[in-house]
Amino acid sequence: MSALLAFEIPYWGQSLLRVLGGIVAVLLPAGTIVYLFLFKMMSFMQSRLGPMEAGPYGSLQLVAEVGKWLQKEDIAPAAADQRIFKMAPIIVLVSTFLLVAVVPFGPQAYFTDFSAGIFYALAVGSVSVIGILVAGWASANKYSLLGGLRAAGQLIAYELPMVLAVVGVVIQAGSMNMQQIVVAQNTGAIFGFEWLGNPFVLSQFVGFLVFMIAVQAELTQPPFDMPIAESELVSGYMTEYSGFRFLMFFIAEFATAGVFALIASVLFLGGWGVPFIWFGWESLSDVAWWMNLAGPAIMLTKMLLLTFLMMWVRFSYPRFREDQLQTFAWKFLIPIALANIILTAILKVVF
Amino acid sequence: MSGLASGTVLVGVDGINVAKNVGFGIIAAVMIFAALCVVTTRNVVHGALWLVVVLGGVAAQYLLAAAEFVAISQVLVYIGAVMVLFLFGIMLTRAKIGADSDLNNRSWALGIPVALLLLGVLGYVIIDGLRDTVVPDRGPTPTVLLSDGYLGPYLVPFLAISFVLLAAAIGAIVIARKD
Repeated sequence: MSALLAFEIPYWGQSLLRVLGGIVAVLLPAGTIVYLFLFKMMSFMQSRLGPMEAGPYGSLQLVAEVGKWLQKEDIAPAAADQRIFKMAPIIVLVSTFLLVAVVPFGPQAYFTDFSAGIFYALAVGSVSVIGILVAGWASANKYSLLGGLRAAGQLIAYELPMVLAVVGVVIQAGSMNMQQIVVAQNTGAIFGFEWLGNPFVLSQFVGFLVFMIAVQAELTQPPFDMPIAESELVSGYMTEYSGFRFLMFFIAEFATAGVFALIASVLFLGGWGVPFIWFGWESLSDVAWWMNLAGPAIMLTKMLLLTFLMMWVRFSYPRFREDQLQTFAWKFLIPIALANIILTAILKVVF
Repeated sequence: MSGLASGTVLVGVDGINVAKNVGFGIIAAVMIFAALCVVTTRNVVHGALWLVVVLGGVAAQYLLAAAEFVAISQVLVYIGAVMVLFLFGIMLTRAKIGADSDLNNRSWALGIPVALLLLGVLGYVIIDGLRDTVVPDRGPTPTVLLSDGYLGPYLVPFLAISFVLLAAAIGAIVIARKD
């Protein structure tokens, strides 16, 4: 990015810009998802209007809600383990912010260029489980503890199909670097047909399905919302939280949805890129500088498309039972993902 | 982001990277403090969480040594899986909030000489093995080189370890299943 400017930004300045960029890249999708899908789309699907009073078409409702949460008293139950109770939402939120660090938004518009990028994302994404577990434990509440345990069991079970689904993409792209995965999709060809590039959603469709289902489960969204099943557990591990600590869990939930959608669009939909053949680019170094501006917009569009699918499923399906949920992961998704890896590896060697 | 590569690194006499050593010292101090907390805390869950800090410190040290793949594996395997299982197990069985009085058993003092012996042996091996060698400052190892190593010259040890792990997994299932 600094190559565009006439002067060199000092290292601390770059770091500051990266932090600010990371905050925007996490909070902007979260706000968009909550307003567009949670407030409006869900309302239309249920034949009602949703928030209409705050601002034109209810667009300032989110600001009002955040304001409301921020002024509430910071309550912790008397029997709770105070320090850990207060730490838990921070662990969950930090894990979300760390996730976005490896997502590329353009040829030079990335936070860091990790050579094991997608592996890092999977590793850091799994840290939030600890936050959820200790949130459930430290609340000193039976419902919270049950919710935390259910969440941990579910997240462990669905992390495996997620990792295995990514392996297919990594084999096909020949790299774990997110930037290389984008380039591989936009320079590839399907049966010699180059015009569309090779978005892996076509060749890795099974992997894409497994990944999106696993993401849905990792986010504990319906139909995988056993951990916060409000008809049985009040609201699971979040029961005792209120005010801005609840807000943190809330932001983390939708920000993680947004970031996982960004990662999925990098893995399966071609990321920030357009097929390079459209503009006659050969490799990453040929890509025009304006892709740094167009890239984030393309990413945001793809993210909205994927979160639309996730929210559609969320609003449409009833909840899994706990045993169905575990059986689905261990006996259905994991074998399918393993078969997908074997098939991809064979085809990779053959072609 | 080319400024990152061209940024000057503080390198002292004899090619010793001062910043890296300072970072190592700070992380090591945090790790030692957390490790002491693991064994002295009066609450099992607190102990497990301090252990998370220790393991995170190990990952940070790996990053400092430019072994990013190992560092990420450390986070994924130990923090993301092993510690979650630990906490899961503790919370399913016994996890009181507040201090627990019967955490220590009678032979806890035996741990001290074992720990000191381990420290002595490892310290001697490392100090005697390296002497005054300065390990050159390298950039991160590309993941491609690592995977080429696994699937090339180190394929047989890799398969052997996989086999041992498979045997352990099957053994665990056999022990756990009573029917």
